[in-house]
Amino acid sequence: MKRSGLWNDIKKYKILLLMLTPAVLFFLLFAYVPMAGIVLAFKQYNYTGGVFGSPWNGLDNFRFFFDSGDAWRVTRNTGLYNLAFIIVNNALQIFAAILLFEAAGPWFRKITQTVMFLPYFISWVVVGAIAYNLFNYDYGTINVLLGALGLEPLDIYNTASYWPLILIVVSAWKALGYGTIMYLAAITSIDTEMYEAAEIDGANVFQRIRRITIPNLYPTAIILMLLAIGNIFRGDFGMFYNMVGNNGLLFSSTDVIDTFVFRSLTTSNEIGMSAAAGFYQSILGFATIMLANYAVRKYDSDRALF
Amino acid sequence: MKLIVPKLTPTQSSVGKKRMATDRLLLHLLGYTVLTVLTVFCLFPFILVISSSLTEESSIIRDGFQLIPTSFSLEAYAILFKYPQEMLKAYGITITVTLLGTLFGLFLTSMTAYVLSRKDFKWRNRFSFFFFFTTLFSGGLVPWYLLIVNYLQLKDTLLVLILPMLMNVFYIIVMKSFMSSIPEAIIESTKIDGANDFQIYLQFVLPLSKPALATIGLFIALGYWNDWYNALLFISNSDLMPLQYYLYRLLGNMDGMRKAMMAAGAVMSSDIPTESLKMAMTIVATGPIMIAYPFIQRYFVQGLTIGAVKG
Repeated sequence: MKRSGLWNDIKKYKILLLMLTPAVLFFLLFAYVPMAGIVLAFKQYNYTGGVFGSPWNGLDNFRFFFDSGDAWRVTRNTGLYNLAFIIVNNALQIFAAILLFEAAGPWFRKITQTVMFLPYFISWVVVGAIAYNLFNYDYGTINVLLGALGLEPLDIYNTASYWPLILIVVSAWKALGYGTIMYLAAITSIDTEMYEAAEIDGANVFQRIRRITIPNLYPTAIILMLLAIGNIFRGDFGMFYNMVGNNGLLFSSTDVIDTFVFRSLTTSNEIGMSAAAGFYQSILGFATIMLANYAVRKYDSDRALF
Repeated sequence: MKLIVPKLTPTQSSVGKKRMATDRLLLHLLGYTVLTVLTVFCLFPFILVISSSLTEESSIIRDGFQLIPTSFSLEAYAILFKYPQEMLKAYGITITVTLLGTLFGLFLTSMTAYVLSRKDFKWRNRFSFFFFFTTLFSGGLVPWYLLIVNYLQLKDTLLVLILPMLMNVFYIIVMKSFMSSIPEAIIESTKIDGANDFQIYLQFVLPLSKPALATIGLFIALGYWNDWYNALLFISNSDLMPLQYYLYRLLGNMDGMRKAMMAAGAVMSSDIPTESLKMAMTIVATGPIMIAYPFIQRYFVQGLTIGAVKG
């Protein structure tokens, strides 16, 4: 009975199911099959054995990863960088969006918005080239400027302590336009009657921004930030790799989980440990995104991911 | 509002206006200043790279990169275009990958989104979750890498530059929410005409989805154009290097570039303007995006605001 019902449904949706097949196969192959490869995290990988034939080694890979101190370093860096990016980027974007809306003529708004969105369009490789232009010891613009002021040049590519600031500024630069447009859209949708009422009550523009615009942005800001917090343990590989590369001198302050996993796989060839670190990241990521989604759902269930 | 204003006495009104004027002035002053600073902050690096690419090499070696070239020179571009084989090859790969990837990616994304947008499709929520779950959890880099290299044997193929980025769950969701807004009456009327589901998608839904197709298509194309990651992982054959990866290699390793140029045209190694050439290549690799940017920008803005509504 049930079987023939299913068969009838398949016949009924035959064409829709056929249309769905390429996508199902795609995600099966590139997303679900690799999930089975997680077994590698518990194995001593060798080329002859491959993923499924290599011998098990229990939790050795994880022990290696955690005992080396790498786990703590890369987890801390990934979390702290993302936290700093979330706070700085959102604050700057909200500020820029409010000013664009309140204090810019249509012409000026169009030009500034267009220019601010530009960095979003270029690849991280190009950002790496820009960084090289700015920070290079011998020819870099920063050192040229310092030299003109009679100051000592900075050895930026060999000094780990400069990098948190640099990466936060670069992240703000690349994301400014994108976020500003999102917040500008949110401001534009605020009911204009509220502004009119405030004006009648004699509020000045600053009071109006503080009492109406900013509170009305809270929902959007909270949702965007919670969703970003859900991804707090996913590092932006493109950014870190193109800014820092394989420069070991900077790892103490710049190595994130993603760059660590990549390096363990490609340069030191520690397949098992790399898989363990990747699995650790996936679990951590899954837990935080579930928590973030739970928080979003509590706050505004319509905006929850699921 | 308009009804209330005339009720104000003249004195009240003029006092109010005056105060409004000062705080507005202040806000405008703040706004124009801060936004100008931010705009310069965003534009400055581009100008720096452009002028560095136009500076004579000896001047860079002596004084470093300058915002305004002290001695203007086109030598970096001249040498790039004098021995363009490598660069043109990289351009060819990137254009091929971008075109094929965008075409197939857009087709598959929209077809998948259409099925998921059909409210009468019994398993739409189950399939939606099947796709969505992949954004929550993954096997990580290593199993994915080994799958592509050892099992699918895609290393050093054109396909490996296209396939991994072909579909993206976020684009499917955005496309689906757009298609859900198409009135069902239109679809119902075509069913009576005897069109099957695929024909409905192709002949009716796709033409109605043009704005979403343009936006998502441009997002996909930008992703392919700017991709260097798949090449970093999977490409070692220099005939298959896309533009961004070619630039990446050149920034890190000028020797390879020198050798290629000497092989191509037998120039002296010392004749190659290393520093300005890096900057010129950066401009050449970004050029098409910069040129297209003013025209395509609004589609991206559209896409962001569709995405923002969905959260």
